[in-house]
Amino acid sequence: MATVADTHGAEHEHGPAKGILRWITTTNHKDIGTLYLTFAMIMFLVGGTMALIIRAELYQPGLQLVDPHFFNQMTTLHALIMVFGAVMPAFAGFANWMIPPMIGAPDMALPRLNNWSFWILPFAATLLSATLFMDGGAVASGWTLYPPLVLQFGNALPFTIFSVHLLGISSILASINIIVTIFNLRAPGLTMMKMPMFCWTWLITAFLLILVMPVLAGAVTMLLFDKFFDTSFFDAAGGGDPVLFQHLFWFFGHPEVYIIILPAFGIISQVIPTFSRKPLFGKNSMIFATAVIGFLSFIVWAHHQFTVGMPVPAELYFMYATMLIAVPTGVKVFNWLATMWKGSLTFETPMLHALGFLVLFVLGGFTGIMMSQVPADLYYHDNYFIVAHFHYTLVGGGVFGIFAGLFYWLPKWTGTMYDEKLGKLHFWLSFLGFNLLFMPQHFLGLAGMPRRIPDYAVQFTEFNQMSTVGAFIFGFTQLLLIYIVYKCVKGEGEKVGDEVWEGAKSHGLEWNLPSPMPYHHSFEGIDIQKAVADE
Amino acid sequence: MILHNLKRLFVFLVLVSLGEAARADYAVNIPVGPTETSRLIYGFHMYAIWVCVGIAVVVFGVMFYSIIHHRKSKNPVPATFHENTTLEIVWTVIPVLILIGLAVPATKALIKIEDTSGAEMTIKVTGYQWKWHYEYPEEGIQFFSSLDEASNRARQLGSGIDPETVPHYLLEVDHPLVVPVNTKIRFLITAADVIHAWWVPAFGWKKDAIPGFMNAAWVEIEKPGVYRGQCAELCGRDHGYMPIVVKAVTKDEYRAWVAQWKQEHAARKAEEAQWTMEVALKRGREVYNTHCVSCHQVDGSGVPGTFPALAGSAVATGEVDRVIDIVLEGKGAMPAFGKDENISDADLAAVITYVRNAFGNQVGDLVKPDDIADVR
Repeated sequence: MATVADTHGAEHEHGPAKGILRWITTTNHKDIGTLYLTFAMIMFLVGGTMALIIRAELYQPGLQLVDPHFFNQMTTLHALIMVFGAVMPAFAGFANWMIPPMIGAPDMALPRLNNWSFWILPFAATLLSATLFMDGGAVASGWTLYPPLVLQFGNALPFTIFSVHLLGISSILASINIIVTIFNLRAPGLTMMKMPMFCWTWLITAFLLILVMPVLAGAVTMLLFDKFFDTSFFDAAGGGDPVLFQHLFWFFGHPEVYIIILPAFGIISQVIPTFSRKPLFGKNSMIFATAVIGFLSFIVWAHHQFTVGMPVPAELYFMYATMLIAVPTGVKVFNWLATMWKGSLTFETPMLHALGFLVLFVLGGFTGIMMSQVPADLYYHDNYFIVAHFHYTLVGGGVFGIFAGLFYWLPKWTGTMYDEKLGKLHFWLSFLGFNLLFMPQHFLGLAGMPRRIPDYAVQFTEFNQMSTVGAFIFGFTQLLLIYIVYKCVKGEGEKVGDEVWEGAKSHGLEWNLPSPMPYHHSFEGIDIQKAVADE
Repeated sequence: MILHNLKRLFVFLVLVSLGEAARADYAVNIPVGPTETSRLIYGFHMYAIWVCVGIAVVVFGVMFYSIIHHRKSKNPVPATFHENTTLEIVWTVIPVLILIGLAVPATKALIKIEDTSGAEMTIKVTGYQWKWHYEYPEEGIQFFSSLDEASNRARQLGSGIDPETVPHYLLEVDHPLVVPVNTKIRFLITAADVIHAWWVPAFGWKKDAIPGFMNAAWVEIEKPGVYRGQCAELCGRDHGYMPIVVKAVTKDEYRAWVAQWKQEHAARKAEEAQWTMEVALKRGREVYNTHCVSCHQVDGSGVPGTFPALAGSAVATGEVDRVIDIVLEGKGAMPAFGKDENISDADLAAVITYVRNAFGNQVGDLVKPDDIADVR
């Protein structure tokens, strides 16, 4: 490891290439991290715009803006773009930027593969978005792509499936890279159990991705066969079963939601100790809990299908297995609380986002426990209660985790402190906007409003209006985020030292490095073994 | 419009802060319906909420205590403790116990809810894009139930009709499902095209309607009344426009309704034996509003670029056999209506007659049920 760096040392004493080619040909983990994060931000705005179209139409009963078919295209693309285009690439960006410096490595293990795994993404996303402009519009079946409905859509279907294939390949390649990097490039003395939580959560996430992406690819390929080659995998008339697709989809889909949340757990496990000025309370149990969550994610999938008419014993099994997830998740939450307990807390923007994460994710966890109960889920299923639930976990959890990580590491990446005042403003507007957006959706669901409808009975008006107002507050606040990041990247702001946050050195190797980190060979001239031992 | 709504939102917020609901039919929680299942589900939901509230008080209590008392200004020197096996075991075991406390009643409730045995009558429910078909096999009664005309007019993009002025906007149908109270009714639920889900919130449960498969569920309604619901599984463009209305009546009223339905059905058969223009147009209009209206629209204008107009259409007013062929076999997004056992030749003849003589179309010909059979 260290020897590899030494032999290449001299010839790499140059900065990045110039111009656009730097970004197209780069094999540098920091550049690729930046590409991932920039791409994620763009897709976050695209997916967010779709969400605002949805919320604008739902501002009042009756149809004012869009045709129901277009509305359904928006809900479908919003979800696919947010999941595959925004949240997952954002975490891949963090992985690229932070895993090498956190484990004392000079770069990712497979740099060319790294370049490729990113550059597949823009093409996949363009292909997916382009289906909007095809004859008949984009696929309008919801991101779950359930047959037989999804088979009714024309030209857009094969392109959507091909883009899902591409997105899957990109994720698998990135995952291979992360696993190989973590197993092979750790600094001497940095044992697996000493490795930071963020690397651990990503390691487990990478395994989940490699295991489930092929299942999704297989399932959507079967759709393609049913549509174009006259097979009947999902058609009862030919001996198939539409519910089979649901089992395959959710065998991917449930681990997928943990793929989104586990790296956020990792970020929060870095941020809370730093701003509590205390070590993480129980690191071993945190690692174990993450692994257990990863395992459980594979054996609970059919809780997304409690209304399809499964036999009662199967419903009971999936209910019990689902409830078990609350235990390791609880362990994580209690660990974060115990880390804060008797700490010396300060509330810079990353910590605010971490606490926001904690509040929102725990609320999403509660509705999760409620929905694991089959009798009650027969009511909650496919109404706005579930919409509120998964946005509390995936936005309140995933996206607030991303925000926490972004503000936490941005000064390390740029060497410049972001504007703390604006950072705090961004947090509070996001937090309030988010709750105004999604809290009322719980009540809409309980009052009986189904999801994925463009129009509703008049008794649902008030809560929908609150939700729409919240959506616009949350959405436009993200423009402020772009401004804060832009300012910081341009170097407008206080210069920061190596540590950035008080006492941060004891919370991760990356804080031993200069800010910004050198373009190549982050650890040159730094005694890694001493840094590992000091931590 | 938007100003008006902002004003209303403001009034609503003021009313809420005064502790009063802004509307009479306004709800924030699961309704307690007229069935045991509904009460079970409601009770379970409330139990789960209170368990979560209990946990929330502890978790957020600790969190905010920390945030207030362990901030740097109050606690400048952090403690250094970490790892404590006893504590780790405690906060693993306690959640397990809480979960067992939830799982036991949930299991009992579920077994009860899913027990469809001992039903006194059966109703077959079939989901269609985008309406429901109900069949009472024991009575030989069957009919389609689709969104009522007033809602359908108001729900069009830019209709200019305020939904507030439409009674039960989007929750009203032309033919409600009529059922007797205090009778265990078994629903057999399936679909003709894509997956739908039959859901009346007042009954608690919902069940997917899956083409090629038959799901079962049951109700025993204790109170007469009108219970409204909607399709709950995305089923295409008009997923939001296929409501469910269940009219629960006393057993006597139900028997009277069955008798009346049969009588009307017989009278209609007799009327249709003399297949006149008037009869065909009347029936055709009903069939049109059930099967055609969601795409071709009330006035036959279609949706430009997606669904062709019938008003003034050269195809619709052209050679009749070609029209019959399209209706029987389908075309593009249009289903093959000839393959549906719930739609008779008389229905098809009537609707084709209607289409050729409505919306300003004036072909003037009368299509007979035999004409349909001939093309078949």
